[in-house]
Amino acid sequence: MIKARVMPTLLVKGFGLVKGVRFDSWRPIGSIMQAVKVYNMREVDELVLLDIRATDDSRMPDFSLIDDIADECFMPLTVGGGIRSIDDVRKLLQVGADKIAINTAAVETPGLVSVLSEKFGAQCIVISIDAKKLANGKYEVFTHSATKPTGLDPVSFAQQMERNGAGEILLTSIDRDGTMLGYDLELIQMVSQAVSIPVIASGGAGNYQHMEAALTEANATAVAASSIFQFTQQTPIEAKRYLSDHGIKVRI
Amino acid sequence: MKKVVIIDYGMGNLDSVRRAIEECGGTPIISCEKQEINQASHIVLPGVGSFADGMRNICQRGLDEWLTERALQQGIPLLGICLGMQLMAQKGLEGGETTGLAWLDAKVEKLQATSAEKRIPHIGWNEVHVSVSSPLFKGIDSGKDFYFVHSYHLVARDPDLAAATTPYCGQFISAIAKDNLFGVQFHPEKSQKVGFKLLRNFISL
Repeated sequence: MIKARVMPTLLVKGFGLVKGVRFDSWRPIGSIMQAVKVYNMREVDELVLLDIRATDDSRMPDFSLIDDIADECFMPLTVGGGIRSIDDVRKLLQVGADKIAINTAAVETPGLVSVLSEKFGAQCIVISIDAKKLANGKYEVFTHSATKPTGLDPVSFAQQMERNGAGEILLTSIDRDGTMLGYDLELIQMVSQAVSIPVIASGGAGNYQHMEAALTEANATAVAASSIFQFTQQTPIEAKRYLSDHGIKVRI
Repeated sequence: MKKVVIIDYGMGNLDSVRRAIEECGGTPIISCEKQEINQASHIVLPGVGSFADGMRNICQRGLDEWLTERALQQGIPLLGICLGMQLMAQKGLEGGETTGLAWLDAKVEKLQATSAEKRIPHIGWNEVHVSVSSPLFKGIDSGKDFYFVHSYHLVARDPDLAAATTPYCGQFISAIAKDNLFGVQFHPEKSQKVGFKLLRNFISL
């Protein structure tokens, strides 16, 4: 049986790792290489690495940094941030990324997703969707590190991306990001039942019960988390032990 | 010296395989040159992408002939990973029906969702149940989790091809073994300790 994945997310800004709250108040949390080595040693299920400033700075992905990271990373690696072209994706896969995550470019040029999926296979194209709950109770997709509203509804956008050949959705709640208050189960449930590709819940994990809820109540395929692993004593392996004790199939 | 040539046919993910082979004690060389291929003690055929693109790239470089000669006539150990395993089949359906390297009596089809397992691609860690004893799985317990990321799978007409199966969308062949030819649908280079064990087994052939 396929196992639920627990995926640490690393956010890169400049030369270091950062973590914020609701996509703001970024604070530095140390060296990238060190974190990657630790997670590699602990054999985590998969690692997500997002360069949160690349798009706003109009930069390309930092290929040599990813190359260095991938050399230390014998676990699946998803890389996102500033990816805009076929060439970007080809280079990232060449240096050792297994999957690439597209956020802003998927909204601005949805056709790019079809082209990438045909060329590299759906299985390596992850669409990263950042969504926020509006005052009227509806959700909206934001791009450019949650600074730019798009007018798009996350459910229909996820379905459109699935039709265009996306292989997986990384769904982040902007409201819950960094709060450790729990995932936005309503958002995750809406999207996960609307598509037939895997959905990774992201934003808000503060304890293992939150992960269990995302996987069972909201039907996420995997859970991504950052603050919980950076600012508390909780670890991916303990998370999986907890999930396993509660009847969820994980790799231990 | 174990000189492991990783075939570069423009289909991604080569560097991970190179690093893993290095960690496992082999001397990896990424190449599509005939001379390197002829000097290899082992060949790894990696690959990410569609079957049709993969075969087109292989044929454009003349690799189909050289690889067939080394693999079938000279019998050197060859490991196909993911798309690399699929390309050994007679035909694939991804990106339009395409003739493969045709070393195996098999074809490649899309996974069919079931009510319990509706999510395709099949992404994540899943069990690999060893069905026949094979040097590739020496010292690896049946049922260990390996990392998968794929939408298509190999369907064998020759029932003896399957070395291991994985339960998803029913059950599919996750590893094949036939003489000197080996293939895995999962990614040993990303499957940590158990994946490295498998790569070491391959290199020591």
